[in-house]
Amino acid sequence: MLYAILCYDSEEAVGAWTAEQEAEVMGRLLAVQAGLAEQGRMGPVARLLPTTAATTVRKGQEPLVLDGPFAETKEQLLGFYLIDCASLEAALQVAKDLAVASGGGTGAYEVRPVLTFQPGDAPSSGGPLSTDKAG
Amino acid sequence: MSELAWLDAALAGARPRAVGALLRYFGNLDLAEEAFQEASLRALRSWPRNGPPRDAAAWLILVGRNAGIDLTRRRAKETELPPEEALSDLEDAEAAMAERLDGADYRDDVLRLLFTCCHPELPATQQIALALRIVCGLTVPQIARAFLVGTAAMEQRITRAKARIAQAGLPFEAPGPVERAERLGVVAAMAYLVFNEGYSAGAATAGARAPLCLEAIRLARLLLRLFPAEPEIMGLAALMLLQHARSPARIDRNGEAVLLEAQDRSLWDRGQIAEGLAMLDKALRHARPGAYQVQAAIAALHARAGRAADTDWAGIDRLYASLERLQPSPVVTLNRAVAVAKLQGPAAALEMIEPLGGRLADYFHYHGARGAFLQQMGRAAEARTAFDRAIALATTPAEAAHIRLHLDSLASGAPAS
Repeated sequence: MLYAILCYDSEEAVGAWTAEQEAEVMGRLLAVQAGLAEQGRMGPVARLLPTTAATTVRKGQEPLVLDGPFAETKEQLLGFYLIDCASLEAALQVAKDLAVASGGGTGAYEVRPVLTFQPGDAPSSGGPLSTDKAG
Repeated sequence: MSELAWLDAALAGARPRAVGALLRYFGNLDLAEEAFQEASLRALRSWPRNGPPRDAAAWLILVGRNAGIDLTRRRAKETELPPEEALSDLEDAEAAMAERLDGADYRDDVLRLLFTCCHPELPATQQIALALRIVCGLTVPQIARAFLVGTAAMEQRITRAKARIAQAGLPFEAPGPVERAERLGVVAAMAYLVFNEGYSAGAATAGARAPLCLEAIRLARLLLRLFPAEPEIMGLAALMLLQHARSPARIDRNGEAVLLEAQDRSLWDRGQIAEGLAMLDKALRHARPGAYQVQAAIAALHARAGRAADTDWAGIDRLYASLERLQPSPVVTLNRAVAVAKLQGPAAALEMIEPLGGRLADYFHYHGARGAFLQQMGRAAEARTAFDRAIALATTPAEAAHIRLHLDSLASGAPAS
């Protein structure tokens, strides 16, 4: 079964990382991904630009375009993984591995079972394991 | 990441909001800063043990407020204290406080804090130093290194700036919409000054000054979170990101500056370019052009060119023409002339900049560009005179070295670049 692992953290705090800290964390997260990829369990991974780059379309009689994220939250959605896991326990284990790899501190990984998934055929941006990063 | 590293990042992220709120509360920059320091020390003790709070800024404000009150009490009994009901118990109040401090309240606090640092009576260098110290939380030695002065001198500069602000009084009334827009403009200009302090550094000092660019980008993102629908703030963020994306290619292995045209574009930071282009797209939707947006659009055309030869010089010429209208300045015209030289040749460009000679007589880049145009036209003797003048005006060794390359090529009769 596919599970989405959604990564939340304070983007202000993540934005305060130095380049070295960022490289260190990403390196460890990629190692977790590499292990899952070996088992053929890795689905798509996305890392999102900060919410300052977000634009929101509010539904209504006329859709309304608003600058910024749809809700102001203390922690923001930074990216997500889709992982094939045999059970909730297995998915939680992946989330724990990611949590340890990302070095503790603030933030959270939300594990959500996927109802439907269409891989689509959009071109990926960035290499598979080399540049796709999710916090 | 070590525990200390995430604590540092969390404290740095919460700092502007927390210091901004403490400044509102105490009305005194020194006390606000001290209260924040104290709260940070307590966070270092408490967060690793109890886990970080859900809202780091709200936690730091509450703890800082109580710490600041303690400090005041200890120092001067006669100082008027805030009413007792303001001194709330941390455990009970944290959740409610976190809610109340959201959004709009933070916005004016942070804007006031930033605006305080750019008090018009302060010279630009003091504004930047103060913002880096108080808003960004850089240490005095870090700032001193970036400005290439001693720690004691920088300490003194910051102390003097704070004293001047205390004398002048702080803007504590909540700003109206017009005033808020004005303050935002002043603060944006200060953030861009911080960026340029870092970005214009020569090769020798680039390492020490690089943090300034990153701090300026963080300031721009902070402003965007507070004012998510201001196209000029989006433009400012885009401009910084697109320029900073080139940093890895701006200095070569020997520590020499590399001109835009000669840069290895594969070294440009793709993430920053993507974010910069996204910010510019958002800004342009508003159809409210401004100088930062136009400059960001120029940077975007460079970013989008896979090779220097692919650069859309006609687009850049048009954008500089808009910039001349929005923000007339001989330096803008000089920059436009570089695009004109690409499109129509050096003679047209030279004709365009000749009238600027009076106002830019002491401007390094004027003589450098003029020399290059003359050289391209084969007027070697005049080119040499212009380059000599440029070298005399160079403020960094990198500038002088670049002009010497031109002089060398004149001497060897090599094709002009």
